Amino acid sequence: CRQALRRAPGPEVDFARAEREHQLYVGVLRGKLGLQVLELPADESLPDCAFVEDAAVVCEETALVTRPGAPSRRKEVEAVKRVLESLNLNIVEMIDENATLDGGDVLFTGREFFVGLSRRTNQRGAEILADTFKDYAVSTVPVHDALHLKSFCSMAGPNLIAIGSSEAAQKALKTMQQMSDHRYDKLTVPDDAAANCIYLNIPSKGHVLLHRAPEEYPESAKVFEKLKDHMLIPIANTELDKVDGSLTCCSVLINKTSEL
Amino acid sequence: MTTEVGSETEVKKDSEQLGPDKAKDNPEEASETPENQKSRETPSEEAQDSSSVPAPTSQSSPSSQKKEKASPESKGISRFLPPWLKKQKSYTLAEPKDETKKRTTGEQQVVEESECQAPDRIAQPQKSLEEAAAENQHNAKADDKEEKHSVSSAETQPAKEDGKEREVEKVAKEKEEKQAEKEKRETKEVQTAEIKTESIPQKSPKKIKTVQCKVMLLDGTEYSCDLEKRAKGQVLFDKVCEHLNLLEKDYFGLLFYENSDQKNWLDSSKEIKRQIRSLPWIFAFNVKFYPPDPSQLTEDITRYFLCLQLRQDIASGRLPCSFVTHALLGSYTLQAELGDHDPEEHRSDYISEFQFAPNQTQEMEEKVAELHKTHRGLTPAQADSQFLENAKRLSMYGVDLHHAKDSEGVDIMLGVCANGLLIYKDRLRINRFAWPKILKISYKRSNFYIKVRPAELEQFESTIGFKLPNHRAAKRLWKVCVEHHTFFRLVSPEQPPKAKFLTLGSKFRYSGRTQAQTRQASNLIDRPAPYFERTSSKRVSRSLDGAPMGISDQGLLRDFPATGGQAAGDKIIDIEAAGQAKLKEGGREEDGSPVKTPQLELTQDGKSNSLRVDGENIYVRHSNLMLEDLDKTQDDLLKHQASISELKRNFMESTPEPRPNEWEKRRITPLSLQTQGKKGDHIFQVKTLPGKEKQWTAMPWIAGAKPEETNKSLEEEITSILFSKEGFRAGTGGPFAAASVGPAEGAAGEETAASAAPPPQRHATRAEGPCTGVSDADKSSHETLDIVEEKKQAEVGIEETLVVDETNKGKMQVATDAGETCKVEHLSKKDSSSLPSDSSSSSSSSESEDEEVGEYQPHHRAIEEVIREEQEEEEDMKKKEHEEKIQHVEATPEGSKLNVPVEHTQVTAEDLVQENAVTIATEEKNLSEEIKQDLGEEKEEEQLKLNGDVSHVDIDVAPQIICCSEPPVVKTEMVTISDATQRTEISTKEVPIVQTETKTITYESPQFDGSAGGNAGVLLSAQTITSESISTTTTTHITKMVKGGVSETRIEKRIVITGDADIDHDEALAQAIKEAKEQHPDMSVTRVVVHKETELAEEDEE
Repeated sequence: CRQALRRAPGPEVDFARAEREHQLYVGVLRGKLGLQVLELPADESLPDCAFVEDAAVVCEETALVTRPGAPSRRKEVEAVKRVLESLNLNIVEMIDENATLDGGDVLFTGREFFVGLSRRTNQRGAEILADTFKDYAVSTVPVHDALHLKSFCSMAGPNLIAIGSSEAAQKALKTMQQMSDHRYDKLTVPDDAAANCIYLNIPSKGHVLLHRAPEEYPESAKVFEKLKDHMLIPIANTELDKVDGSLTCCSVLINKTSEL
Repeated sequence: MTTEVGSETEVKKDSEQLGPDKAKDNPEEASETPENQKSRETPSEEAQDSSSVPAPTSQSSPSSQKKEKASPESKGISRFLPPWLKKQKSYTLAEPKDETKKRTTGEQQVVEESECQAPDRIAQPQKSLEEAAAENQHNAKADDKEEKHSVSSAETQPAKEDGKEREVEKVAKEKEEKQAEKEKRETKEVQTAEIKTESIPQKSPKKIKTVQCKVMLLDGTEYSCDLEKRAKGQVLFDKVCEHLNLLEKDYFGLLFYENSDQKNWLDSSKEIKRQIRSLPWIFAFNVKFYPPDPSQLTEDITRYFLCLQLRQDIASGRLPCSFVTHALLGSYTLQAELGDHDPEEHRSDYISEFQFAPNQTQEMEEKVAELHKTHRGLTPAQADSQFLENAKRLSMYGVDLHHAKDSEGVDIMLGVCANGLLIYKDRLRINRFAWPKILKISYKRSNFYIKVRPAELEQFESTIGFKLPNHRAAKRLWKVCVEHHTFFRLVSPEQPPKAKFLTLGSKFRYSGRTQAQTRQASNLIDRPAPYFERTSSKRVSRSLDGAPMGISDQGLLRDFPATGGQAAGDKIIDIEAAGQAKLKEGGREEDGSPVKTPQLELTQDGKSNSLRVDGENIYVRHSNLMLEDLDKTQDDLLKHQASISELKRNFMESTPEPRPNEWEKRRITPLSLQTQGKKGDHIFQVKTLPGKEKQWTAMPWIAGAKPEETNKSLEEEITSILFSKEGFRAGTGGPFAAASVGPAEGAAGEETAASAAPPPQRHATRAEGPCTGVSDADKSSHETLDIVEEKKQAEVGIEETLVVDETNKGKMQVATDAGETCKVEHLSKKDSSSLPSDSSSSSSSSESEDEEVGEYQPHHRAIEEVIREEQEEEEDMKKKEHEEKIQHVEATPEGSKLNVPVEHTQVTAEDLVQENAVTIATEEKNLSEEIKQDLGEEKEEEQLKLNGDVSHVDIDVAPQIICCSEPPVVKTEMVTISDATQRTEISTKEVPIVQTETKTITYESPQFDGSAGGNAGVLLSAQTITSESISTTTTTHITKMVKGGVSETRIEKRIVITGDADIDHDEALAQAIKEAKEQHPDMSVTRVVVHKETELAEEDEE
């Protein structure tokens, strides 16, 4: 990940620490939550390969293998696709050369999709997503001043959108609210990056929320701590954060029992 | 003929004449086409029935000549004259004048309204007694004329019949009656006339001409029936529903296709013939409004039809879904239609006979079969329910798509659904406008516009335009929007704008029941679940796949181009001849008998459209009417409705006693002498005056008002502040329990308005009104006076704002006193016996209060009988309620209170003036509140129904007295009905003691005095719409009046906010005013009345 794409130059990534954080991340998912975690081998030729989220959108039985907006990342999808195929998911590939889509721009609320139109995702990509998941409404949300739609928001509960406080985030939220027939609750956190959390509904554990650690975003963590119904698991992500990596970026959640 | 043409017609008769002209056409046409003759003749004959039926024929020859003259396609005058009429002319020289007039008009019509003629041609007197009665007055004049010219009258009759729908019909009826009278005198002439008619066609007169209709049902079968030619859509629709044994029919409708993708909903309130024009009488029975939650449908059979529709939608691709969903839905279909999977019977390919998806693959069929096995044990009804549960979640469920282009010419789709308007580009949703966001929907030519409420930080509304393929598409979309909005968002349908002379624009409104109403109605369905057979969807999917009806129909249509050509000339070719309907039908299909081709249709449409092009077709939606019930779950709503119906039943059963009616009850406001708590009801009256400048003025008032309010509160007395031109009177009343806001004066919708207006919470408060002791009692009486006065003021406050000279299109603002308004309204009323006192000073001073009270009452006495009945009903209900809640009754007639906040807003461009009254009341919820709310709602609904056509209703303001006895015995309400003859005493016992503080603050704009004194106005329409959410009740009352050529629309909006002390009332007020302004940017706020009712803690009692 050392050469990972960045939006802006910044401090060096402490690779060792990033590794530790990632181990913790995986450990929580696998050990603490009992999820089956399939880890893809790192490919040093693909510096952004840790962010698997961008390579695929999985919903129910269908997986859309994307065409990432950054040309350097296009090859990442191959490995992801192989794994998805092994899971017997219906694979849809985005072959249209005019289409780009990063999974980080796709927010699935459980009822509908919001697709951020960012520098990485375009209209055509969103259309293909809509064609792939026909049951759901797919609304487009312009994203400015952020890498991805999910750079400042994510689902924090079945009907709860965690959203950052920045102007861009709030604007996007307004758009989403207007576009939706459904009314979502929102959880506003002071820090955009902290708004990216991972919500899991695990039968034996109930509502589980992985959020950024208090050491990183103390104010935002306080907000999360008000969620009484959730099992809250703070996870530090300081290093990948430097290269625009957020919590959701590092995994693709698939609701399926694997035979592997 | 020529002479006739030359003469001019009287304006007066115009409308009626139009009708006649059309009617005249009929006979002529009949002559033209032998086949058609029968049908056309019949109408004329029928019209004349009373007078002319028994006549022998002698003069056929002249008629025939005339026929020859008039070529079928010629638009000459002759064409419009019925043959017999012409003959008659020759006969009776005495009355050329009259005829000429009519004919001329006829010509004019032809030129102008050529489109209309087609539908109108067949004059068949449909007599609805009611309508006839209503119209009697109107027609009286015409009739008189006719009588004078006895001969001519006979002639005119048939013509009149057709004319403009109802009016014509009514006229016809009257004429018939008159004819009967005239018969004796006219016999000779009549005979001649008849002779002609008969001779021409050589056919025996048949009284009923029927047409065969075909309706494609959802299960793929075809239903045919014979319909009277002039039957309205409702007749056919009812027949179909009866055939289907369907009770919850409001979700459905009949479609006819102009071509494969242009589907039109048959308007049940209009004649079929006028709608389909030359198209064949073939319809498709379809779901029109997809219920967002099918599980709330009452009957399985309804769900079944919905399932059938959805299967069609899915199989045709109109409702896209994923592979998995296709498979799942398919499996439920199998379960519903085949039952449990039977390995013996259901071999591998049993599924391929069904179509589940537009492109069905082997893989999908396998998946379907696999899933089918898992549904073992589900009954067909359960399988249908499961099907629906899954289908309803599809994002395109219930979305009616229309092709359009945005302002930049980009292809988009507009989707109309229960929640609003969705904008799609390709398959992506790029925008969404929920109904509450949309202020106005309009179309002009091929453009479709929505006016959207400003976003949070914006100040102005924006109007968004879309380009549709053509005018008809724009109109279709507009209609669908109007219908969906009404069905899903309103409690009851809006009354269509009354026809004004020379009014431009569509008057279309949804006339059916709303979802709320249909749910309520279906709660009353009490029958064993009807048995019905689920036919296999094989047929459906296979035969109808795609656009089932449209295509086939189109094909049909296109098969007969030649005939169409002929028809084109005439514009009307009646397919249905009286006795030969069936034969013709057959002919049509096989021979290509005269049927208009779609193309022809289109051209005609073009013409028709052209007439309307200039008129803006606007549908103003009052978004406040129904607040988004985000907070209410479907279940809540359901329960709510159930409780309403329950209450209703109870009330109906209760024995009626002379009781305070709804109004009165509502007027009873809780008086609390001492204001203490901060929780209270705020009633905001907002009046808007025309003129945009004024909009802004409202704000300052409000600002000013707030301080006032505070001061008052310090006094802990009820305060009323009126800002009027005169200034404002602050604190005059000092201690009032003031909540009275003038009853809407008015006219039309008074009743409705009033009924709607009082917030439910208020009821609660009143009923349980706190009493604070004897001393209070004294005060209360005192207060009542004040209240009355306030009421008056409120009335006064209702000002006329706007005057738009229609002809000039110039806008004038005329402010009239409330008194004037009242008068106007009274004038409009037939029954109004007493005129409202003229309250000259709108901002009444406290001194005048007593007097005003006196004056006030008589004013309110005038009530229409109809209304009274209504009221009685309500009374009964009320009574019941009272009985339940109030046991102790006391009568002390003194003052009445009304809470009717009024807000005037003027809409300008459209010549609409709207009145908005915003009332915001906050209050703690009482247990009774719920019930009362229900009652209120129900009552409102009923009233709306009844009042529907009764545009003006006077609300009688009965003096009500509220006596406060010492607590625990709480409070006594005296209610007197306007007549004063009826008095009800109601006492309350064991009612939770609630002390209430009431405050009323009124802000009025200075313009209010301007006076177009003494104008008599004609009430054009009035409507009241109420919406409710958990904490808010919004009532909007819209009155349109014409005064001396100026039309005025007032919108009175009342918002009741119920809540705890936590609510920031000032903010709520500001918000309400802001919203009102936003919603009606074209109007200005002329008056704001804030009424605050606060429940006091017991400790605070005196």
